[in-house]
Amino acid sequence: MGRAILLNGIEIPGIRNFTTYRSHGGYSAVEKALREMTPAQVAAEVTRSGLRGRGGAGFPTGLKWSFLDKKSDKPRYLICNADESEPGTFKDRFLMEHLPHRLIEGLIIASYALGVKTCYIYIRGEFKYLVGILEKAIGEAHRYGFVGENIAQTPFSLEIYVHPGAGAYICGEETALLESLEGKRGNPRIKPPFPAFKGLYGCPTVVNNVETIATVGPIITMGGEAYAAIGKGKSTGTKLISACGNIKKPGVYEIELGLPVEEFIFGEEYCGGIAGNKSLKAVIPGGSSVPILPADLILNTASGTPRLMSYESLAEGEFTSGSMLGSGGFIVLNEEACIVRNTWNLTRFYHHESCGQCSPCREGTGWMEKILYRLEHGEGKMSDIDLLERISKNIEGNTICPLGDAAAWPVASAIRHFRDEFEAHVREGKTFHATVGKETTN
Amino acid sequence: MIRLTIDNIAVTVEEGTTILQAARKIGGKVVPPAMCYYSKLKGSGGKCRTCLVKVVQSSAKDPRPMPKLVASCSTPAQDGMVVQNITSPEVVEARKGIVEFLLLNHPLDCPVCDQAGECDLQDLSYGHGTEITATEEYRREFPVTDIGDLIQLHMNRCILCYRCVYTAEQLTDQRVHGVLYRGDTAEIGTFIAQNIDNDFSGNMIDVCPVGALTDKTFRFKSRVWFLRPMDAYRDCRVCKGKAVIWMAGDEIYRVTARKDRFGEVEDFICNECRFDHKHPEDWVVEGPRSIKRESVISANHYLQKEDPGVIDPIKGTIT
Repeated sequence: MGRAILLNGIEIPGIRNFTTYRSHGGYSAVEKALREMTPAQVAAEVTRSGLRGRGGAGFPTGLKWSFLDKKSDKPRYLICNADESEPGTFKDRFLMEHLPHRLIEGLIIASYALGVKTCYIYIRGEFKYLVGILEKAIGEAHRYGFVGENIAQTPFSLEIYVHPGAGAYICGEETALLESLEGKRGNPRIKPPFPAFKGLYGCPTVVNNVETIATVGPIITMGGEAYAAIGKGKSTGTKLISACGNIKKPGVYEIELGLPVEEFIFGEEYCGGIAGNKSLKAVIPGGSSVPILPADLILNTASGTPRLMSYESLAEGEFTSGSMLGSGGFIVLNEEACIVRNTWNLTRFYHHESCGQCSPCREGTGWMEKILYRLEHGEGKMSDIDLLERISKNIEGNTICPLGDAAAWPVASAIRHFRDEFEAHVREGKTFHATVGKETTN
Repeated sequence: MIRLTIDNIAVTVEEGTTILQAARKIGGKVVPPAMCYYSKLKGSGGKCRTCLVKVVQSSAKDPRPMPKLVASCSTPAQDGMVVQNITSPEVVEARKGIVEFLLLNHPLDCPVCDQAGECDLQDLSYGHGTEITATEEYRREFPVTDIGDLIQLHMNRCILCYRCVYTAEQLTDQRVHGVLYRGDTAEIGTFIAQNIDNDFSGNMIDVCPVGALTDKTFRFKSRVWFLRPMDAYRDCRVCKGKAVIWMAGDEIYRVTARKDRFGEVEDFICNECRFDHKHPEDWVVEGPRSIKRESVISANHYLQKEDPGVIDPIKGTIT
C-alpha cells in the first residue's frame, strides 16, 4: 500500500480495542494537544496542514472551523457526519469498523480546538452494526479517561454520543443532518444562516466528515507542515479511496493525493487493472454524483497531461472534460458496461432519495428516471436525449441543497460523453439489449 | 437602511429585508412570483424556487456576483446589491423550468377544480410558463381524502409548499398534519387519518396556493368568477371578523379571509365566521371587494366611481 497515515496500524490484530490501539501509540495525539497546545494552536496546525473536507466538497477544514461564531455564548457542537450513503463510497464505514479509536481521537482533538463539550456521531441507519463498535470504543475511551470529565488529567471535558439515522441519503447533507438530529423530518435548511452560526438547536455547530476528523489526530502527531508536505499542491495529505466496479482488487486504499490515476487503476499496489482483462470504458471518480469520465479523459486531461488523483487535477477542464474527487468513491466501468443502464440506475437512486422539499429536485429526479427507464428499455425517442439534458440543466443550481446537482451531473455528463450510446439505444430499441445480453427486468 | 437595485429600479429598505420584500415594495412586474413563501408564516419560503433571481453584485463591499440563482424570498438584501429578475434571461429560463416541474405531476383539472380563477399556479403558469408540456409520463396519483368535516385534500394538485403545515403550526396550539414520505411520493397527511379540528383550520384553505385544500361547504357550488366578493364584517369572539363574503343574488356561497395584492391573507379568520355564518343578516357589508383588473373574478363587474377600485400593480396606489 501507499502511504499509511489514516490506516496506519490497520494490520495489527485487535487494533479495534483500546488497549491495543493505545499500546501502538494511540491517543498520544490527544495528550499532546490537550497538555502542550492551546485550542488556537491546534486549529492553526489543522489550517497549516491544508486539510480539506473529505466528505465531497473539499472545503478547507481550518477555514470551516474559523467560521464558527465566536461571539455567541451558546454551547457549541461538533457533529461527525457518518451518514455515508453515496453509491460507490464506503471509506468511512471501513475506517470506523477497523479503527474506531482513530475517529474518537480526532473528535477529542477537534472538540478541544473548537471549544466543544458535546459531540455527536450521526451515523447512517444501515450501519447499525457499527453503532455497537463505536459505542464500545467510546465506552473504553471513557473508562481510560479520554472521554468524559477531565480528559487526560486536563480540565477539558467532552461527551460523545452516537446517533443512528433512519436511512436517508439526504441526511448526509449537513443541515438535513441537523434537522434529523433534532428529531425532525430530514429536510435541508435554507441557508443562510449557516450551521457555524445557527446549527444544532440554534447553536454554533461544525459538521465534519468521519475521514476529516480522523485525520486531525495524525496531523497533530506529525505537525501541520509535515502533513502539508505530503500530496500535491493544494491537495495535501492522503485520502481514502473506495474503489469498486470492474477492477481486479476492489477495496479501500489510502493514497497520497497526486497519485496518477493510471497508476491507481492499473498499479498492482492498488486496483490491479480491469477485471477479466477487459478494457477500461469509463470511471466515476468521486462517488456516484460526480460527472462520469470516459477512459481517455480519466487517464489524461483534455490538455494531454496525465490526470492525477487530486482535487485540482480531477476538476481540470471543469464539467466539459473534468470531474471531481468528491468523496472518493471510485467506480470503474469496463467495456461491457451499459452507460444508459448505469445512468438510469443512479437516477433511480436520486429519485428515491430526494426529500421532496423543493420542486426542481422532487419532480425533476422522477422525470429523469422515467425517461431513462424508457430509453434503457428500448422505448425512448431521440428527443428524449435533449429533454434529459434540458431537465438536468433546469435542476442544476436551482435547488436548496446539492442533491439536485448530484442528480443532474451524472445524467448531463453521461449524455455529454456517451451520446452515441444513448442514440444507439433509441435506434436499435429493444434489440440493443439482446446483442449485448443485458437483463432488462426492473 | 440599505439601498439596492432590482431590475435597475433602486429601492431603500430596512436591514434584514429579503430581496422579495424589497421587490414587493417596488411592486409591479419586478416582483418575483412566490408559491410557497408567505410573509405571515414564519419559516415559509425557499421551497418552490419560482422566486429565483440573479444577484449580479452581492453588496457594495463585496461586488462579486452570487454563483447560483438565489431564492429571493429567503435571501437578505445587502447594501449596494444589484438584482436581476425579469431583466435576466437566465432567470426567465429557469423560472420556465420551475413552472414545468410544478406542473409535471399536476393533474391540470382546472375545469373541475374549485380553485380555478383564484389559483396561484394558474397565474404562474400563464405568466411564466410555456404553452406546451414536454412530459408524456404518467402523473402520480393520490386518493382524495377528507381531513375533517370541512376540508378536503386533493393531494394530486398539491405542490408541497408547506404553507398549510406552517399555518397549523403557528395559528393553532396543535398540529396534527404534516408532510409524510419523501421525494415525489411526499404527501400532506394526518398519518392516522385524524380529523383536523380546531378553530382556525379553515385558513389552510386560504393559504393553499392551489386547489389541494378546498372548502367542503363550497365545493362545486359555483365558479368563483360568477360570485360577487364583498368586504364584510361581523362581531366575532374568536377573530377580528373581517372577511370577504362571496355572493350570488342574496345568497352567501362562501366566506374567505381578505387577501392583499400579493394573495396573502390580511387577517386570519376563524372557522365559525368561515363555515357557520352564511346568512346575509349575519354580516355587515362594507362594499365590493377590490379585485385586480387582471383577475378573471373582476370580469363582468362594472366598477362604479365610488368603488375602492383596482390597485395599480406598478404604483401600488389605488386608481
